[in-house]
Amino acid sequence: MTQVDVPVIAPDRPVQHLDHNYINHSKGILSWLLTLDHKRIGLMYLAGISASFFLGGLFAMAIRLELFAPGMQFMSAEQYNQVFTLHGAVMVFLFIIPGIPAALGNVVLPLMLGAKDVAFPRLNLGSFYLWISGAGFFVYTLLTKGLDTGWTFYTPYSTTGNNTAVISATFGVFLLGFSSIFTGLNFLVTIHKMRPPGMTWHKLPLFLWGMYGTAIMQILATPVLGITLLLLIMESTLGIGIFDPNKGGDPVLYQHFFWFYSHPAVYIMILPAMAVISEVIAAFSRKHIFGYRMIAYSSVSIALLSFLVWGHHMFVSSESTLATLIFSAITFSIAIPSAIKVFNWLATLYKGSVALNTPMLYALEFIWLFTIGGLTGLFLAVLSTDVALHDTYFVVAHFHYVMVGGTLFAFFAGLHYWWPKMTGKMYSETSSRLGSIVAFIGFNLAFFPQFIMGSRGMPRRYADYKPDFELFHQLSSVGTAILGVGLAIVAYSLVRSLFSGKKAPANPWGSATIEWECPSPPPHHNFDHPPAATDPYDMERVEWNEEVGGYVPVQGYRPVVHH
Amino acid sequence: MSDHGHGDKPFLAHHFEDEDHQFDSGKLGIWAFLVTEVLFFSGLFCAYAIYRSMHPDVFQYAAQALDTKLGAINTSVLILSSLTAAWAVRNAQLGQKKALCLNLAITIACAFGFMGIKYLEYSHKIHLGIIPGNSTEQYLDGAFGEPKAEQVAFVVPQEGEGEEQHAAGGEHADDAAHAEGGGQDHAHELAPWNDPAVDGIQKQNLAIFFAIYYCMTGLHGIHVLLGIVVLVWLLSRALRGHFTPTYYGPIDFAALYWHLVDLIWIYLFPLLYLIN
Amino acid sequence: MTATDHAAHGDHHEDHHALPLWMLVGTWGALMGLTLLTVFSAQFDLGAFDLPIAMGIATIKAMLVLLIFMHLGFDKGFHSLLIFGSLLFVFLFISFTLMDRGQYQGDITVKDSEKLLSD
Repeated sequence: MTQVDVPVIAPDRPVQHLDHNYINHSKGILSWLLTLDHKRIGLMYLAGISASFFLGGLFAMAIRLELFAPGMQFMSAEQYNQVFTLHGAVMVFLFIIPGIPAALGNVVLPLMLGAKDVAFPRLNLGSFYLWISGAGFFVYTLLTKGLDTGWTFYTPYSTTGNNTAVISATFGVFLLGFSSIFTGLNFLVTIHKMRPPGMTWHKLPLFLWGMYGTAIMQILATPVLGITLLLLIMESTLGIGIFDPNKGGDPVLYQHFFWFYSHPAVYIMILPAMAVISEVIAAFSRKHIFGYRMIAYSSVSIALLSFLVWGHHMFVSSESTLATLIFSAITFSIAIPSAIKVFNWLATLYKGSVALNTPMLYALEFIWLFTIGGLTGLFLAVLSTDVALHDTYFVVAHFHYVMVGGTLFAFFAGLHYWWPKMTGKMYSETSSRLGSIVAFIGFNLAFFPQFIMGSRGMPRRYADYKPDFELFHQLSSVGTAILGVGLAIVAYSLVRSLFSGKKAPANPWGSATIEWECPSPPPHHNFDHPPAATDPYDMERVEWNEEVGGYVPVQGYRPVVHH
Repeated sequence: MSDHGHGDKPFLAHHFEDEDHQFDSGKLGIWAFLVTEVLFFSGLFCAYAIYRSMHPDVFQYAAQALDTKLGAINTSVLILSSLTAAWAVRNAQLGQKKALCLNLAITIACAFGFMGIKYLEYSHKIHLGIIPGNSTEQYLDGAFGEPKAEQVAFVVPQEGEGEEQHAAGGEHADDAAHAEGGGQDHAHELAPWNDPAVDGIQKQNLAIFFAIYYCMTGLHGIHVLLGIVVLVWLLSRALRGHFTPTYYGPIDFAALYWHLVDLIWIYLFPLLYLIN
Repeated sequence: MTATDHAAHGDHHEDHHALPLWMLVGTWGALMGLTLLTVFSAQFDLGAFDLPIAMGIATIKAMLVLLIFMHLGFDKGFHSLLIFGSLLFVFLFISFTLMDRGQYQGDITVKDSEKLLSD
């Protein structure tokens, strides 16, 4: 290992840039494909999930074009079934679940700990290749076969008829599941064992608390998905009969198995998003996060409670009355930790000196969208209303508000927040802000009308509809187009920054977490010595320095001791 | 690997402070992995629990097709291999290279023995036509229509009114009764699978028992095979003298995995073979 | 690391201490004995006690393997928390599913009999 050429550090001004960083540390395609460096693996994930997001987005556009007018436009009903299935499966398994933990988490998590790498770098690379193979099976299914079961692969539909597509797709999901498990396992051990001196559990940045909760769910829930899909493959190939009512099996059992994973998976999607938002809100309010411990504990309690609510997906799937009552009651209780987070973010904003940079815009949009998504979830937790709303566009709008409005917007918040650290370049605030606002408007226009038509009885997954719903569908389609334009502006702004963005300082936003103490982009080994950890939200610790165009640590600063 | 740069400690990765740090991290990692394994198998245990609680009679009936003796021998083989795995960890901690290699070799031998016996059991069942899944028709018309049916002494508990139907079932019932010959206290009627008196739903449930049997033991078997791969790799490293009293993590972690495979079998054995 | 270093770190390193041989062999003996016991007890029809007895013996065996062979009895408490905590989730999974299935089994039985009647 050659020593990284660190210039002598001037006491009042830490190194801002290094000529020799992790991006140009070694050259050649193999130095990326075989890298054990968590930052490079994170960037490769970022490229992969961006491609998946683009693919899933194309399917979304196709759905909205087809639904622009009543009657069939350019697809057959079978093609429509395949397109919405692939949209859901690609977005959920290839983009949302790995999005924040694998792409952003991989880059940021060890940096935040002041560590040189994750605990198991080879396993980390292995997770990436599992992800690639899983994605490969998906693309193969997409190109050669029609998968039309919906992303949930419900039996008996998935085990009868043309099910070779189900086999290759579920095997892909099986591999993606193990990718997710190993990422979670890696992060859990890293957070436990690689913390720097002085970073006690109560000085852990909230992003790491969120990743910790996510890791718990990935470790405990995802294996059940693995065995469920294995049984589904056995059912499709051999006909073992466990899920097949024609052979004395029970198709509802499949739903129990599937949702025991997939409900926690919903929180695998949203918990990292909340974790990003906690960081961004604090950094751009220039204020200590409000209710640190409540936010931290609510992450873990969401992780644990998420295992107790899976039955609320099955209220109308012949679930017994006793079980529906229990699951409905517990579902309400999971709103509490989510609300705790929202209130604490609002309290952090209160009297903060709020800077509306791009990440902050996304974070504020997140609060708006997630609150709508979360509150409409309560309508679905009520047994009586769920019977009417189940399988309508109300459900579609609800989970898009949570999964897209929540996770996607938080992903962009995190991407813009850490972009200078990851790439060493500043993007144009003007174009990025514009993209963010256009996407926000487009998103609301696309999905708010779906609440209305859902409550009026428009069923989901239908290729055709009555003319009464035409206006809402057209608003929704126009909104999707605007959302697409917004995302294109976002992508343009980020890509342009790679070529013509100005060099990023080490700490452009004034955050107090450790990852901003190393230069942008970081060197191969991140830190020469593990930095001492302090309160991650003590914003007084850093001050603006005109010369470097960023924030630098205050010399001789002594933190105020809180009692 | 260029990333291993701690001079005299060839197996200490660059991002750990010292060997203890690396060992502790690895140990936490393997325990978290074992947790995922427990959850992975839990789906099968859940399916088992549901179908057994719904059809206890079917499970009791079908389990007699499994050979308790072979199951017990396999249990002993796995327990012995667990002992040698634990012993190998002790050898590694004390730096006893020869004993370490010997114990690893015995563990691998036991694993092969286990798979060998498993192979005998599977092939016997497949010979009888008990194939995982497949259509129920083939199940019944194939193997159990043959005289071999008598080798699979099944008992169907029949309610009172079932007996008249049985008389119509004729000699098949008698054959099976002859083969079974067990000392059941209950007035159980004996019937082969193709007996018309056994209703279609019972037949389906029998197939589900074997489906669960194959899934559980099959997945366990896959874990044994993976264990063999890992243990052979460790044996080759042990022969090259890689392990020292301060660096023996891989042996410890593989042994933990191996014990978990044993643990799962400890539950599978009474659940599948010992239903009376 | 030298022996004195080792001692100085004290209880951080309890898992580096090798277990005595008699303990390993004794555990093996106990496991074999319990295996014989469970096979033996399965010869008798104890009615409702069959399953609890078989599971009880299996659990004793499992604890022996966990605590001694897997060193959990001498290891960090967090590892025990992990593995026993995971069993809690397994319990939740199986018990909720079993409860629900038990509740709607009646409907299935009715459907089955209808199907039989119509055949």
